[in-house]
Amino acid sequence: MGFFAKIKDALKKTKDAIVYKLNKLFTGGVLNDDFYDELEMILLSADIGSETTDNILSELKKAVDKKHITSTEQVRTELKRIMCETLDFELPEETYPLVILVAGVNGVGKTTSIGKLAYNYKKSGKSVTIVAADTFRAAAADQLTIWADRAGVRIVKQAEGADAASVVYDALQSAKSKGTQVTIIDTAGRLHNKVNLMEELKKIDRIITREFPEAMRLNYIVLDATTGQNALSQVDLFNEAIDIDGIILTKLDGTAKGGVVLGIAGEEEVPVVYIGLGEGIDDLEKFNASDFVSAIVDGE
Amino acid sequence: MGVFSGLGEKLKHVFDKLANRGKLDEYEIKQAMREIRIALLEADVNYNVVKDFIAKISERAKGEEITKSVTPGQQVIKIVNDELTDLMGAKNSKLEVSSKPPTIIMMCGLQGAGKTTMCGKLAALLKKQGKKPLLVACDIYRPAAINQLQVVGKNAGAEVFERGTQKPVKTAEQAVKHALSNGFDTVIIDTAGRLHINDDLMRELEDIKKALKPTEILLTVDAMTGQDAVTVATVFNERLDITGVILTKLDGDTRGGAALSIRAVTGKPIKFCGTGEKITDLEPFYPDRMAGRILGMGDVVSLVEKAQEAMDDEMMRKMEKRVRDATFTLDDFLIQFESLKKMGGIGEVMQMLPGMSKYNINDKAIDEKRIERFKAIINSMTPKEREHPEIVKSSRRRRISLGSGTSIQEVNQLLKQFEQTRDLMKKMKNNKGKLPF
Repeated sequence: MGFFAKIKDALKKTKDAIVYKLNKLFTGGVLNDDFYDELEMILLSADIGSETTDNILSELKKAVDKKHITSTEQVRTELKRIMCETLDFELPEETYPLVILVAGVNGVGKTTSIGKLAYNYKKSGKSVTIVAADTFRAAAADQLTIWADRAGVRIVKQAEGADAASVVYDALQSAKSKGTQVTIIDTAGRLHNKVNLMEELKKIDRIITREFPEAMRLNYIVLDATTGQNALSQVDLFNEAIDIDGIILTKLDGTAKGGVVLGIAGEEEVPVVYIGLGEGIDDLEKFNASDFVSAIVDGE
Repeated sequence: MGVFSGLGEKLKHVFDKLANRGKLDEYEIKQAMREIRIALLEADVNYNVVKDFIAKISERAKGEEITKSVTPGQQVIKIVNDELTDLMGAKNSKLEVSSKPPTIIMMCGLQGAGKTTMCGKLAALLKKQGKKPLLVACDIYRPAAINQLQVVGKNAGAEVFERGTQKPVKTAEQAVKHALSNGFDTVIIDTAGRLHINDDLMRELEDIKKALKPTEILLTVDAMTGQDAVTVATVFNERLDITGVILTKLDGDTRGGAALSIRAVTGKPIKFCGTGEKITDLEPFYPDRMAGRILGMGDVVSLVEKAQEAMDDEMMRKMEKRVRDATFTLDDFLIQFESLKKMGGIGEVMQMLPGMSKYNINDKAIDEKRIERFKAIINSMTPKEREHPEIVKSSRRRRISLGSGTSIQEVNQLLKQFEQTRDLMKKMKNNKGKLPF
């Protein structure tokens, strides 16, 4: 199933309610306060957040005035344009060797995403090593090993409770000597307000810069689409610690809309790079702003 | 938290221009409700729940007399706080115990909510209460989930029952038999995380329920969940008729509005909260405290309780007296640092203070390492110096910095911070110990 069909499928079954509302909204009626109230409700219930919703709506109203828009259908197009513009980023071209550091709070789906990511690179013919630097959570390395087997890639790990930074150090030495093209590092889930754990992450980040300066670096944060406005705080603090290059937005196959990324894109200027749509190894897709927005606003 | 600031402060702003008068007028109420609405939405309370709630509060606020002693802002907050607390249930509930053993607790929830970790915490709690819990591994889908439960069980000192990847219903049934013949009084069933819209997996839970008739069916929910909490909770409740909710990851900086949404749509009590990575980080749920947290007003009660746990009464009385007499010394400062540590670190404490949630608790000023260094500095002082910090001049400072392995700048910082703290305490004393809202 291609990306478009898949996201359509994943989002469709769950977005019927919102789509119904939007269709009702956009096909009938006039552009009055009730119309905008309804629109506000739809954006808010997609976790877009009150501030970002206000911003989107005021920009929408401005555009409607300026372009003398009178039909609700045109408003829909305008709304999508505004949402898309916020989410659309130019991503840097990847070069190899590449080191991807994956971080995030507990339970967002880091390990699963890494399994899928490794599979993607492997499928495109790259040599891949994944690194089990989550030495904290019970059986985390076991879980990653199973994903490594599924993806058919190499894994570097140590015993539970080992120093995460030293696992990373070892892995980088071996990646250098073996000429591995893509190294993906799994880290322990940590709440962004735990100073010590964030310091540990900074240390890992420093080690990569120091030990493998010739590699291209990408730091990803994994966000659970079910998360509400706290995602802003997560990206803010992780970004402060290790300079986040992109977001992997997981669990979009549920009923959550993941709208909080609009606020994040606006405030933190961190792009969404991938979306997770299930538990299968090929359920990770490149993010596409217009598909994402269209899936929310049109349901198709 | 950065992006959020306390509702208390925002409301103060709304009412700042007003002197105390007899009644809240409609315009002011409308302004205040706007702020409350934003605060609740930013705390991730579901949109529809917010709407109903605001309507209820506005109605109540209209006729309200303003008591002389409080500001209109405080009055409105009190109404909001009362109603919120009320909505979240009167008090925390305990785990039900089955009259016919074993008591069966079935855990369920989305992926990554923290079920497995929570199973371990519950087992540890039950063990502490003198019970004999059995953990049952029914997550046959996630790679290494059984291993994780085994490690968690080992930490909790509880036996883990597993039958590999055979059908979860069968494993659960065998586990109950095993519990009966081996004297386990409580069976905790860890199920796989699943999406509420995955019909097959939801049916699997229904099957386990039918076969075991659990005493408790607890829905585990990540406290950071957004608007979708309502959908998730509604579906789980409709299909399983859950008996309660456990909120996890409350040690983060989330305001936790999901708690309110879930309570509002299911009517089921929130029984416990997960508040950390350690197996003992499990707390009963207190609706009043949660209300304060959602409103961004801090959790003063929890803080006071934690402080009481960390400092014994005698020490408290002494400290209080010293604050009162403004004879607070560096020794007291040291005791404070130590009790802070017992209270779970400064980050956790800051989080609970009113008005503090807006400060970034990642701030270097409260770095735990720095506190360790401050302790070293105080430990390098003579008793006389601790009593009278004002005598610590340049040569003493040099000696202290050498003795504690820190820099003179750090010694200076500590002394300055101490001075500020003492000033603050004097101010609080003049304020009769009332915290500014």
